[in-house]
Amino acid sequence: MQNVNWVALAIFVLFFVVITSSGFAAAKWRKGDLDLLHEWGLGGRRFGAVITWLLLGGDLYTAYTFIAVPALVFGAGAVGFFAVPLAIVAYPIFFLVFPRIWYFCRKHNYITAGDFVRGRFGNRWLALAVTITGIVATMPYLALQLVGLQVVIGALGISGTGFAADLPLIIAFAILAAFTYSSGLRAPASIAIVKDALIYITAFAAVVVILIEFGGFSEIFAAVPSPKLLLATPGPGTTGAYSAYPTLALGSALALFLYPHSLTGILSARSGRAVRQNAALLPGIHWCWACLRFSVSSLSPPGSPTFPNTPTASSSSATTSRFRRSSCTPSHPGS
Amino acid sequence: MSESRKDRRGWSWWYPLLLVQFVGVLWPPFFNRAEPFWVGMPLFYWYQLLWVIAGAVLTAIVYVATDD
Repeated sequence: MQNVNWVALAIFVLFFVVITSSGFAAAKWRKGDLDLLHEWGLGGRRFGAVITWLLLGGDLYTAYTFIAVPALVFGAGAVGFFAVPLAIVAYPIFFLVFPRIWYFCRKHNYITAGDFVRGRFGNRWLALAVTITGIVATMPYLALQLVGLQVVIGALGISGTGFAADLPLIIAFAILAAFTYSSGLRAPASIAIVKDALIYITAFAAVVVILIEFGGFSEIFAAVPSPKLLLATPGPGTTGAYSAYPTLALGSALALFLYPHSLTGILSARSGRAVRQNAALLPGIHWCWACLRFSVSSLSPPGSPTFPNTPTASSSSATTSRFRRSSCTPSHPGS
Repeated sequence: MSESRKDRRGWSWWYPLLLVQFVGVLWPPFFNRAEPFWVGMPLFYWYQLLWVIAGAVLTAIVYVATDD
């Protein structure tokens, strides 16, 4: 193993151990009979507003947010910033719709979106369609998390060929699956605390370091090639980026909470009130993440500072990988 | 359940306040420009970042106003 960054690797392993023990120990947290589906799947529906906030933050702000979107902004420019309006409009939707869904699911003891649809609309085929859509939609999301983890492992300097290259990822995934299987939703909830702290710290650190490297926001934005700085003005006879941008944002916002893991995070809350409180609190995480993203987005090929020894797929990963450690550790399948 | 009254809300005239965020952020011609810069950032970026905060404040107002 050449090029291993031993400090980063040690920190990664440390956090991985912390998270794994936390995941297995979580079975005893707010103890309940884990053979009951709502105990396993929804943590007994007893998470208060703060735990729900941590869990949802951990569910929603993931490798997609941390790697994929900055990479998109880096490559495609301003249009990738749609993720910011996405989250801005997602919260009012969340605020209005989800307490009601929470109440309805609690009253009838529904655990999943499929249960809810069948109960609310009385149609088994619709419920089946919703369930299958949820599973299929989560697969690329899950694949993205694994790719993100693979990139992190690569950035630590661990490399190999053939099966050996896949081994760390397989081990990590097997451990994750083991403690989630045994503890249910309590596992990702307990880990979310660590994960969210790491995300906050990393986002803050990245913004500070990038600012220092460039010397200020004007310098950062001056480094962006001008066609990418803003949305391209649409040509004649087409709405171009002016419709792509808002529809990407609004469409993704509407879809966001239909992912099984979002709904689980919501239904595990103790009360509808906890869900409503979260609609106002979650933007805090979003703010940090937005700052991170636009800082990373400004790195562009000509003249960008290079960081040593980071064999990664894109330059945006290069800057964030030094700090990213285990923030991509899969703490919950599908998040 | 004493929760049930709180969780079953009807319409409130505070809710349309939430629409403001949609209008502010989903109309690119409004903000697809670089001038004026603030702290070195083009308007396109600082405008949307400010809406993150403004949106959270609006949602918090509606929450407090409609909380029993």
